[in-house]
Amino acid sequence: MEMTEPTAVALDNATVAFRLADGRVYTAVEQANLSVAHGEFVAIVGPTGCGKSTLLNVAAGLLKPAAGTARIFDKPLAGLNRDAGYLFQADALFPWKTAIDNIAIGLEIRGTPRAEALERAHKWLASVGLGAFANRYPHMLSGGQRKRVGLAQVLIRDPKILLMDEPFGPLDAQTRQIMGNLLLELWTADRKAVLFVTHDLEEAIALADRVVIMSAGPSARIIGDWRIALPRPRDISEIRMEKDFHALHREIWSVLKDEVMKGYEQSSQAGAA
Amino acid sequence: MSRLTLLSLQVLVAVVVLVLWQVFSSVPVFGKILLPPFFFSNPVDVFSQIVTWFSTGVIWKHLAITLWESILAFVIGSAGGILVGFWFARQPRTAAVFDPYVKMANSLPRVVLAPIFALWFGLGVWSKVALGVTLVFFIVFFNVYQGVKEVSTTVLDNGRMLGMNERQLMRHVYWPSALSWMFSSLHTSVGFAVVGAVVGEYLGAAAGLGYLIQQAEGVFDVAGVFAGMFVLSAFVILIDMGVTVVEKRLLVWRPTAARRD
Repeated sequence: MEMTEPTAVALDNATVAFRLADGRVYTAVEQANLSVAHGEFVAIVGPTGCGKSTLLNVAAGLLKPAAGTARIFDKPLAGLNRDAGYLFQADALFPWKTAIDNIAIGLEIRGTPRAEALERAHKWLASVGLGAFANRYPHMLSGGQRKRVGLAQVLIRDPKILLMDEPFGPLDAQTRQIMGNLLLELWTADRKAVLFVTHDLEEAIALADRVVIMSAGPSARIIGDWRIALPRPRDISEIRMEKDFHALHREIWSVLKDEVMKGYEQSSQAGAA
Repeated sequence: MSRLTLLSLQVLVAVVVLVLWQVFSSVPVFGKILLPPFFFSNPVDVFSQIVTWFSTGVIWKHLAITLWESILAFVIGSAGGILVGFWFARQPRTAAVFDPYVKMANSLPRVVLAPIFALWFGLGVWSKVALGVTLVFFIVFFNVYQGVKEVSTTVLDNGRMLGMNERQLMRHVYWPSALSWMFSSLHTSVGFAVVGAVVGEYLGAAAGLGYLIQQAEGVFDVAGVFAGMFVLSAFVILIDMGVTVVEKRLLVWRPTAARRD
């Protein structure tokens, strides 16, 4: 990485530990070093339960690392990361607000007059393809539609950093591809630093500039970092057919596979115990 | 079953019961009247009593008093429940300290408080309101407490990441969540407000539906007792229908409320 570029997110030797109910300390992530340059799309891939989301929560300021530091645009992070927008894995929309109000709220709490907030929210709703659904409540929308609203809710605040925690995890395969293309389209228009957590290696390669691999937990570490030099603009469904894509996939998978097996064994042992 | 069939069947039940009541209270079966009119009256007398009440207009005053007491009990009880519910949910230590006393107060059958309230607040409106408040308060309190506690952590984190401060979280996250819980128990709490008012009136008052029933009972006017009961039922059903309308408007965002009926 060139030193001239401003680093949007930098984790230096970040260790995250939780105190368990029985008093023992569980180390989720150990000495993670990770940096996301301004405008760069980085995907974190790892086996289930390896602490990918934990790392994301550290970058968001929702979690404090037990050791090491998190820096945002070269300033140490204290409290919540005000430069970041966070797209959660679970449903995070306010169920008592309509789609349009869910999107406008980010501006309203910042003091933007309601009329202006609504006008801009309508534009965002249209750009995620839900122009006709302004007055629907979240429960009246499908899973994919809720994710679109969530994306607009985060992006309307124009955060410099976008943190995404398996955002398309619960969606079906086709909807995931559509959402992936939508995300790339919105990201290309206004390049933000993106930290994208997923367990799907194909999705990671198709979307990202860099793919970071984590080992199985506990005490998960970052064990690999690949630059994805595939040309942009990309189409998620087509890029999977390319030869370069396959070569990268094979290379990264050979490392990831062992960790996935380890993670699987650990979780099945934990289940048996 | 079509709406019409259902409605006619429902009406049929009432007709059958009333006819049986009328027959058994006026026609001897094997030389014996099964429902002696002194204890059971009969539908015709009860109906004429109701007609008299409404035609002379006596009933309106009593209905108005009971309605007013119920409204006051509901408003004051809810306000208290919301306030304390919020306070306890946001201050777990306070909640822990008061927990045994809350449980104790809630387990007390509220009727035994009526004489105390009559002593403190007199025989007027306020002793009935106080009784209703003790009933409404706990329902609203428990629901609001639960509503604030059960806010999804993801929604809360989302609010924080969108830049909400504590006050904004209160307004956009905690408050709607607590209200939705409170509204889900709206039927119960409104019902209890009426119960408080009527029981209070029954135990000592100068006006109201409970007073009317108690007066009739005092002179062995069984027709009057039944007439009072029927008017009270109709009154509660009307209020409940009003609550349903309010509920539907306020909880449109909830999947359960929207899909009901």
